[in-house]
Amino acid sequence: MPQEIQNKPPIISINNLTKSFGSQRVLDGINLEVAEGEIMVVMGGSGCGKSTLLRHIIGSIVPDEGGVKLFDQEITTMSENDMNEIRKRFGILFQSGALFNSLTVGENVALPLREHTKLDNTTIEIMVKIKLELVGLREHADKMPAQLSGGMKKRAGLARAIALDPRILFYDEPSAGLDPVTSSQVDQLIIDLTKKLNVTSVVVTHEMDSAFTIADRMCMLDKGVILKVGRREEFEVLRDSDEADLAGEKEKLIRQFLRGDAEGPITRRKENSDYEEDILNRI
Amino acid sequence: MVDNGNISGNVIKSVRREKGVIFVEVTGDIDLHRSVELRENLLTLAAEKPKSTIINMSEVGFMDSSGLATLVETLQLSRRDGGELKLVGVQGRVRSIFEISRLDSIFKIFDSEAEAMA
Repeated sequence: MPQEIQNKPPIISINNLTKSFGSQRVLDGINLEVAEGEIMVVMGGSGCGKSTLLRHIIGSIVPDEGGVKLFDQEITTMSENDMNEIRKRFGILFQSGALFNSLTVGENVALPLREHTKLDNTTIEIMVKIKLELVGLREHADKMPAQLSGGMKKRAGLARAIALDPRILFYDEPSAGLDPVTSSQVDQLIIDLTKKLNVTSVVVTHEMDSAFTIADRMCMLDKGVILKVGRREEFEVLRDSDEADLAGEKEKLIRQFLRGDAEGPITRRKENSDYEEDILNRI
Repeated sequence: MVDNGNISGNVIKSVRREKGVIFVEVTGDIDLHRSVELRENLLTLAAEKPKSTIINMSEVGFMDSSGLATLVETLQLSRRDGGELKLVGVQGRVRSIFEISRLDSIFKIFDSEAEAMA
């Protein structure tokens, strides 16, 4: 972590977070801190628990055990009214953009401002233009979401997520489904918003190019536990190592994920699963 | 002369009028709440239709986009009435929000009041 970030208190603090759905433990004692002004990338394969972790951090799921602090306030036991105040201080970019289809792009961006502030309509209209200019969509303010491409929807979603000038931004798979150029533009936007406006960003993704472009620190989740948290450079070293030089199975697993290799411990784990026993038992 | 006149609240520290120019000192963080007060006061001053308004922001450590929008509206009004708006002492994170919004090229931003007056 850069020194200037390391010296700041955590703006997000996750303590022993545990959650099961039925008999399946999805998160198993997660501990993680995110400092103000840093970009933390949370990554892992499908079903590793990263989306569930994100939903806990934004207060939409209550854990079985453990806690989540945002802005030094415990949110898991907070009243709905207090949580609504906290929600004004963070923004979320959902995978789909999550726009209201019956509203224009501009109206979508204005919505949080109209709902949560007492700002004059003129101020709101100018703010909407500023936000749309930030994401390169000012000329498209009057379009309906159905008229937008996937990348434009995502950028419009980002404009809405930053409408209230949040101190924390959560991104759920921001690059998913985007072409490489648009994906790079979204990456740059995440970096600009974080570094120039001192916003803290938590990005859930499995797009490794994007992750290595934007991350200050990275967190690798697997089967509901954190395998590693560290600076981006540490993950780059792991990615670029020879498998034979890595001592532990955990490091080899992370390396395979980061490189996207077809062969490795993740693949072997699948091959060694109980498929044979399961399918024969059912016959 | 210093004449805070119809200025209310504490977001504006002082107002000075000299030869058709209004000097405004803004102080403290400008967020969603305080920008409402800033707007009311700047609109009151804009109604005087000064030939120039110079806003000193050297005591503003943080400003969000509602503050930025308030300044944009003040600039719109100044231009409509044939006046001009100049900003002084825009620095740090406040400067960044102008830059990232690409409004640093739309506003006239100066390091000092003397420079803005020259």
